Amino acid sequence: MADLSVKIAGVEFPNPVIAASGAYGNGECYTDLYPLSRLGGISCKGMTIEPKNGNLPPRIAETPSGMLNSVGLQNIGVHSFVDYYLDAVKEEANVVIANIAGATIDDYVAVAETLDATNIDMIEVNISCPNVKAGGASWGISAEGAAAVTAAVRKATKKPIIMKLTPNVTDITEIAKAVEAEGADCISLINTLLGMRISINNRRPILHNNMGGLSGPAIFPVAVRMVWQCYGAVKIPIIGLGGISTWEDAVEMMLAGASAIQMGAAIFKDPYAPLKVIDGLAEYMDKNGIKNLSEIVGQVQAY
Amino acid sequence: MSMFCDKYTVTEKKTLAKEIYSVTVKAPEVVKAAKSGQFVTITAEGFSLRRPISICEINKAEGTLRLVFEVRGKGTEQIAHVNAGDNLDILAPLGNGFRIPDGKRVIVVGGGIGVPPLLDVAKNTGALCTAILGFRSYEKIILAEDFKAYGSNTIICTDDGSVGVHGVVTQPLAEELKKEEVGAVLACGPEPMLKAIVKLCLEKDIPCQVSMEQRMGCGVGACVGCTCVLDRGGKDYYARVCKDGPVFDAKEVKFDG
Repeated sequence: MADLSVKIAGVEFPNPVIAASGAYGNGECYTDLYPLSRLGGISCKGMTIEPKNGNLPPRIAETPSGMLNSVGLQNIGVHSFVDYYLDAVKEEANVVIANIAGATIDDYVAVAETLDATNIDMIEVNISCPNVKAGGASWGISAEGAAAVTAAVRKATKKPIIMKLTPNVTDITEIAKAVEAEGADCISLINTLLGMRISINNRRPILHNNMGGLSGPAIFPVAVRMVWQCYGAVKIPIIGLGGISTWEDAVEMMLAGASAIQMGAAIFKDPYAPLKVIDGLAEYMDKNGIKNLSEIVGQVQAY
Repeated sequence: MSMFCDKYTVTEKKTLAKEIYSVTVKAPEVVKAAKSGQFVTITAEGFSLRRPISICEINKAEGTLRLVFEVRGKGTEQIAHVNAGDNLDILAPLGNGFRIPDGKRVIVVGGGIGVPPLLDVAKNTGALCTAILGFRSYEKIILAEDFKAYGSNTIICTDDGSVGVHGVVTQPLAEELKKEEVGAVLACGPEPMLKAIVKLCLEKDIPCQVSMEQRMGCGVGACVGCTCVLDRGGKDYYARVCKDGPVFDAKEVKFDG
């Protein structure tokens, strides 16, 4: 069988398929179906320095080929994560990534410092959550804001840091270059696209937060485009996500420039989807004589 | 607790009322693990999210699971096209079921499509069960004969008075609560109905559990999409309907968020 391993920022993944933050809890939710160790890694539920309730329900709306969510970073706080979940997820998973968020730069720094003292493998910095009023995407929509968070987190930890970028910007390459310049080891993209649905019966938005983040196959072409643009703009590795549901999508994302991929919404529809992607990638490699996935990263022959 | 995700074969499909279907699937492994009040999610081909559907009956002897659902939109309509012999992609059993008090009288109160998950409680409690079932009108009545067959004292209410008590379920519930001691009231249905039931039970200090509904993402507690706001020691606690519920202690539920 093909060797699916990839190396990102010095971290070895047995395969390039990572559960996206917010789609897989802290790794405890699907273990009845298959061991967490089948995945290349997991990005844990986004965490803040203090526990957070998030937005009022409803927080989920289905859309054509996708879904909106407006969870708003509900989480138990970094300290509870470290105390109650970290050991278990480290034991079960391959690469464990902590996804962190904050309203202020000090918040990001405090979470990063807390995690720096643990055995977490990587830190993914969420500067792209569309569902919180303070912080979140407000840092990620300008090169200055993105750079400021990156620089501060870079000082706070020696762990490899992945900056998770929002697609809700005019030019994502500007943000990618800004975080690279401040010492990011990697970028992951895209987070959700801001969207909205309205009930025609009661004239109210479906989501209590009015707006929410769009994910699922509907956003896949946008994600491919942005990964491709960023691949041409930065030298640090890219983790591609946004609507990947099949192994063909994963290959496409890697051809666009992703060294690894994350899956989210697809898992809600089919919990086995990540395993199917892993198996499909292995077959694709065997069939095409690919020895290492790095051979296809960014290899789209653009016109 | 264990959870399974597989394709299970439909052994029977019936139409219970307009747009309300009963589908039985052979799923022995799920049946072994399942409890009254839990639910399943079913893949609707061509849709992004699985559809949550409550478990109506768990048949241990046959290894079958009965699911009763209403067509609410295009996804459930798609699932409703299934026939005996077809397969359904089911993730189950999910959530926490009802906690049924041992050897005590139980009142189950259901409204409309909230009635199905209560049938398995009736099945397990027999003559100890009083079932108060509310429907809009006679043509919407489902499962009443099933409750009677399991020995429940069955009271039907209709909004238009076409069958049984003319009015809402809280009228007969108030009467029933005056009678002999009640171990628990278990309720499932539209929120205004649940609110009225909970108010009545709390006034009389009778333990009450409610099965809540919310727009759901993953169904397994991962996405934190389906929130129910609880009051835990004076603080708002955002519970997950799929994982921490769908059955909650009525005392904790904050109906207006």
